[in-house]
This record gives sequence, C-alpha cells and structure tokens, in this order.
Amino acid sequence: MILEKVKEKFLDDVYETYEFRGDLVAVVNKEIVRDAMKFLKTDPSFDFSILMDLTAVDYLKMERTPRFDVVYHLYSLAKNHRLRVKAGVDEKDLAIDSLVPLWPIANWFEREVWDMFGIKFKGHPNLKRILMYEEFKGHPLRKDYPYNKRQPLVGPKN
Amino acid sequence: MSTEAESPSAGFFTSQLNDMIGWARKYSIFQYPFVTACCGMEYMATACSHYDVDRFGAGLPRFSPRQSDVLMVVGTISHKLAPVLKQIYDQMCDPKWVVAFGVCTCTGGFYDNYATVMGIDTIIPVDVYIPGCPPRPENVLDGLMKLQEKIQRQPSNEISKGGLAQH
Repeated sequence: MILEKVKEKFLDDVYETYEFRGDLVAVVNKEIVRDAMKFLKTDPSFDFSILMDLTAVDYLKMERTPRFDVVYHLYSLAKNHRLRVKAGVDEKDLAIDSLVPLWPIANWFEREVWDMFGIKFKGHPNLKRILMYEEFKGHPLRKDYPYNKRQPLVGPKN
Repeated sequence: MSTEAESPSAGFFTSQLNDMIGWARKYSIFQYPFVTACCGMEYMATACSHYDVDRFGAGLPRFSPRQSDVLMVVGTISHKLAPVLKQIYDQMCDPKWVVAFGVCTCTGGFYDNYATVMGIDTIIPVDVYIPGCPPRPENVLDGLMKLQEKIQRQPSNEISKGGLAQH
C-alpha cells in the first residue's frame, strides 16, 4: 500500500519497488532523493519521523553499473511502518543530496559513508572523516581496498 | 644484564637494598588501566571484591600517567589511538612497566584489518603478556604475580629500557 502510493507520486523516478522477507523496498533515482524524503517525512499518511539508518553498498564484485547504492531505512513512530529506500550512485558522479536539513542524525551517518566509501553529500555542513584518522588515505570499506592494509601513524608497518 | 652477585660493585648491603626496594615496589603497584574494549569487563571483575586485586597491593588505580607505574593496556588498540598510547607511555616516570592485557594487545587478537594495531609491542615495550579473549580473572592475577616477580628481581637503579632488556 505504501509502495503503490510512493510509485504513483514519483512516477518514473521510482525504478522498482518490491518486498523482501517482509521489508518494503523502493529503488529511486538519486536526483529526487531529497524531495522524496521530504514528502515521506511530512505527508500525514506516511509520517516517517525517524531515519533509522543511512549506509552504502559497493557492488564492484558483482559488476553492476551504478557501483554504489546509498540505502536509507525509515521508520514511522505513529504508524509503525518501515520503508527501505535505495538510490544508485555511480563512480562518475559520486555525490548525492544530503539529508541533514530533514534529520540531524544524517550528519554522522553521512560522515561515516564518506569515510568508508568516498560518496560526497552535497550540502553537508562538515563532511570529514569520523571513524578513521585524517592522515588515512583511501576509503576502507570499498571492495578494492585490501582489508588488512594498515597505515600506521606510529610504529612499524605491521 | 648481570645479576647483583656477578656485578663487581655489588655487595651484601646493595643486594639487600635492592631486595627491599623490589619488595616495596611490587606490593605497591599503582596501575593505569588504559581500558578501551571488552577486556575492561574482566579487568573490572578482577578488581572487584570476588577476585580482589587489592590483596596484592595493586588495588588503587591512578587515572593519570604521571601518578602511576604500571600501564595496563586493556582492550583493542586502533591505529587512531596508537599515538595517544605512545604519548601516555612517554609521560610516565621511571620505573614503569607495561602489561598487555588480552590477545588484542598481545598480537592483535582475532582482528586482521586496516584499523587494529597487531600487538602493542610494536609501539611500546611490554613486560607481561596476559592472553585470553578476555582472560579469566585467575589468569590476570597469575600475570600480575609474574609481574611482581619481575619487579622484585629488577635492580633498583635500573632505568626502564624496555621489556626485552630487563631480566
């Protein structure tokens, strides 16, 4: 029911909607992400008040064309329904709109995605590393970063 | 490193003095628990009443490097924290000892990733290694007693050069 309403509101920009093991998923165009989230948050029939999670997936090994997927998990406190929104982000234009004006928690989530994957968020007030240190080069959770490549600040390269 | 008996300047009184100072040092350990992760739970369990660490004289933690002599590194150290650990060790005064508590500090533990220091002995010299994930309190007390034996053997005028240099 939610998915149909999302589909009819945003028409072509919603690429597909499906349900996976009880979770409703909508795959959208990354250009409309901010408008779609604003609509989902403010519209009284949806009322998604909480951004539960904001993360990203790297599909390099599966050789998919938008290499990254930014995934949002939304939850409505009043209505008790959930939605997962995915937006594909390609390597050529590694940027997507920031959701900081809507939910303040997106600030740290987006910093983590920038630190781990290198996806820039347009309009983010303070986009810098949050888990790794500033001297670290590279984005560690990408599939082409070797998992045990350490860049020590002190001590030998162990 | 020669023992007191072989050193030409040692005599009966200096060796007795070393024994006394060693005895005094080993029963008044002021630890700095540098706790970062899950091993901290076992550290707290060892320090509390059931497996009391106060009966060894080590029951007063001083949360400052200037006021402590044993740096107990408890829990995983990441590369982001490694310069801080080195600075804390440098700020401590002699004589000082380091205890690597838990496998994450001994060798890196089960982690082999971009963020973890694979053993703090790559950064600072370690005197006693206490393995375990996390080590049981009896294991910790065993390590503490070994540290006390080491402190007893150490000559009183020796400056800490590092774990491997001491006997």
